Amino acid sequence: MTEETNERNEMTGAEIVVRALRDNGVEHLFGYPGGAVLPIYDELFQQDDIQHILVRHEQGAGHAAEGYARSTGKAGVFLVTSGPGATNAVTPLQDALMDSIPLVCLTGQVPTSLIGSDAFQECDTVGITRPCTKHNWLVKDVNDLAATIHEAFHVATTGRPGPVVVDIPKDVQFAKGTYVTPQTAPRKSYHPNVQGDLQKIKAAVEMLASAKKPIIYSGGGIINSGPDASALLRELVELTGFPITSTLMGLGAYPASGKNWLGMLGMHGSYEANMAMHDCDVMLCLGARFDDRITGRINAFSPGSKKIHIDIDPSSINKNVHVDIGILGDVGLVLEDMVRLWRAGTKHDKKSLYPWWEQIAKWRARDSFAYKNSNDVIMPQYAIERLYQLTKDRDTYITTEVGQHQMWAAQHFHFNEPKRWMTSGGLGTMGYGLPAALGVQIAHPDALVIDIAGDASVQMTMQEMSAAVQYEAPIKIFILNNQYMGMVRQWQQLLHGNRLSHSYTEAMPDFVLMAQAFGAHGIRCEKPGDLDDAIQEMIDVKKPVLFDCRVANLANCFPMIPSGKAHNEMLLPDEATDEAVANAIDAKGRELV
Amino acid sequence: MNAHLQPTGSAYFIASETQLVETHTLAVLVDNEPGVLARVIGLFSGRGYNIESLTVSETEHEQHLSRITIVTRGTAHVLEQIKHQLERIVPVHRVVDLTVRASELGNGAPLERELALVKVAGKGDARVEALRLADAFRAKVIDANTEHFIFELTGKSSKVDQFIAIMKPLGLTEISRTGVAAMNRGPQGM
Repeated sequence: MTEETNERNEMTGAEIVVRALRDNGVEHLFGYPGGAVLPIYDELFQQDDIQHILVRHEQGAGHAAEGYARSTGKAGVFLVTSGPGATNAVTPLQDALMDSIPLVCLTGQVPTSLIGSDAFQECDTVGITRPCTKHNWLVKDVNDLAATIHEAFHVATTGRPGPVVVDIPKDVQFAKGTYVTPQTAPRKSYHPNVQGDLQKIKAAVEMLASAKKPIIYSGGGIINSGPDASALLRELVELTGFPITSTLMGLGAYPASGKNWLGMLGMHGSYEANMAMHDCDVMLCLGARFDDRITGRINAFSPGSKKIHIDIDPSSINKNVHVDIGILGDVGLVLEDMVRLWRAGTKHDKKSLYPWWEQIAKWRARDSFAYKNSNDVIMPQYAIERLYQLTKDRDTYITTEVGQHQMWAAQHFHFNEPKRWMTSGGLGTMGYGLPAALGVQIAHPDALVIDIAGDASVQMTMQEMSAAVQYEAPIKIFILNNQYMGMVRQWQQLLHGNRLSHSYTEAMPDFVLMAQAFGAHGIRCEKPGDLDDAIQEMIDVKKPVLFDCRVANLANCFPMIPSGKAHNEMLLPDEATDEAVANAIDAKGRELV
Repeated sequence: MNAHLQPTGSAYFIASETQLVETHTLAVLVDNEPGVLARVIGLFSGRGYNIESLTVSETEHEQHLSRITIVTRGTAHVLEQIKHQLERIVPVHRVVDLTVRASELGNGAPLERELALVKVAGKGDARVEALRLADAFRAKVIDANTEHFIFELTGKSSKVDQFIAIMKPLGLTEISRTGVAAMNRGPQGM
């Protein structure tokens, strides 16, 4: 570039966009061209600093950017055109909003003179994306463009991270304006609180020290806060000897191999985690938000406990569940204070927790993730177990789609490090996993990236296999194929008299042939005895793989807290007879999802 | 502790109506930029909060700051959520619950005023009566001919309501109201 020779930094809007991305440390950009972003694409063509990954659908670009962001901690960036390009971006934007993922989405817009005229490929992008972004901007003056993009990165990545949209009309991309470098002083109205109130932290530490039946319940906030937060969480658990459970989003922050680990909690969480949540006397919630999948029936949620909640978002505190101490701040910084205060002389005897741990051991002995294995047919849980065993010593990243396979993955694949697990938690977006895997693989070209998929979900964004082939991203799509939308079917069995309305896929594509059509590698496995070799083949092939793993068609995901029930009313696998399943949810719970 | 929360016909558990619903007035200081009002209104409609009155105008021209005054109804829990959700909006500088602040200051309730323009058309006795009542309400006549008056009235919303009700049988034809502007008593700023 010419910054040394051109001190006034005069350039076109399109040049400003590319320069601003570069100055914000962007190395990869997912996108799809179109009329309203052609000037930016022309600039991308003439440079080598930023690699553009061409997807096949804008939703894929967004999920790929999410996978990239979740696995690196950096903002994921994607570029789409106006109109349909922008509307196709809505699903990943909302997905990122609900899971607090930093995304910067650049959208083209029709020229300013045509805005409001129902021009070709026009839509009200800032209007449509306002409720599904943390903030968004329409840039009407090229001289505001650089500062706006810098601010967009700042807003997306600080505080509670989230998606942002910068909408750039085509005439602004052509117009000449002044480039400014990233500002250090952000706007006055935006100032996330990161440092927790020390008095409250002291009170929290005292409350923790007095606990006889404590539990730590951690969430995605630990992952978002960064590696220090995970390290501090591990230190706190070690210091206190407390049991720890985590939400779906928080898996890996505390290692699954850790001795204080109870497994995931919530609707399909472990019996010991949910029972300990229900019976605890002090609950420490770290960067989680008391989501309805976690709490079960909320008026029966952990009725006897004092609750401490640490969150960076003030609206999360006391939103669903009333807490006794709410601490606003970055969970990593608050943990630092907590660990320091605990070390500074908290009188706490780990032996006082022995009766609690004995009780937990009794719950654990129920072995709530158990399943009946088979020699004839691959059980989905067994497939995940084998996948874990054969990949655990590698540099492995897992993404998932949404449904039964996602819950089995959370139960049976064990995560020992943060940022290794990418799943759509809040929005529950089928079709997330395959493009997310592409994004992860672009960020970590030498890692083993596996999308644990379902046969229905994977067909929603299957087109991105083509992008994976193009960029030689050897993602492994491990499809637990049971011919059903398994979770839909499970709910029909629970709620609708086993009337399986439209949850069976009668015309399943041949995934092996499909892989070949894409120029990828296809594998089919139908017998438990062949599974290990097939998984090894998948790992060894240096290409994208579609792995059609034919699993038991009617297996269901247990344990489960049926809707409208409390943590201590779980349906365990050994109790889940047809009759128990049919009667698990009463009339009130039927209305819930 | 959450016994007041009842399951409704969705995945969410919303405070039941047995909890006391209060009316509060919020002052929201925002950057005066395109779309900021849409963000505030969208938040209320998207999250199912009530707006009883909403007033917005630029108050500090040089700093491009606008003040939005919102009168809303909800339980204490919902009102706290509204405040925090508003604070999350990037161009929002400050949110002050004037009703809470007034009671902290020992002032009872914040000062609230509204301006209304009221057009009354008629002849004869009704016209005379309208003018006489307007005078009693300290409404100003800002336009008139032999067949109508336009009154300008400032006061609490309840006073405006009352004036409008009285004018109804006297030929009331058109009403325009500003919505509530509000501020707390005493020397302290917001």
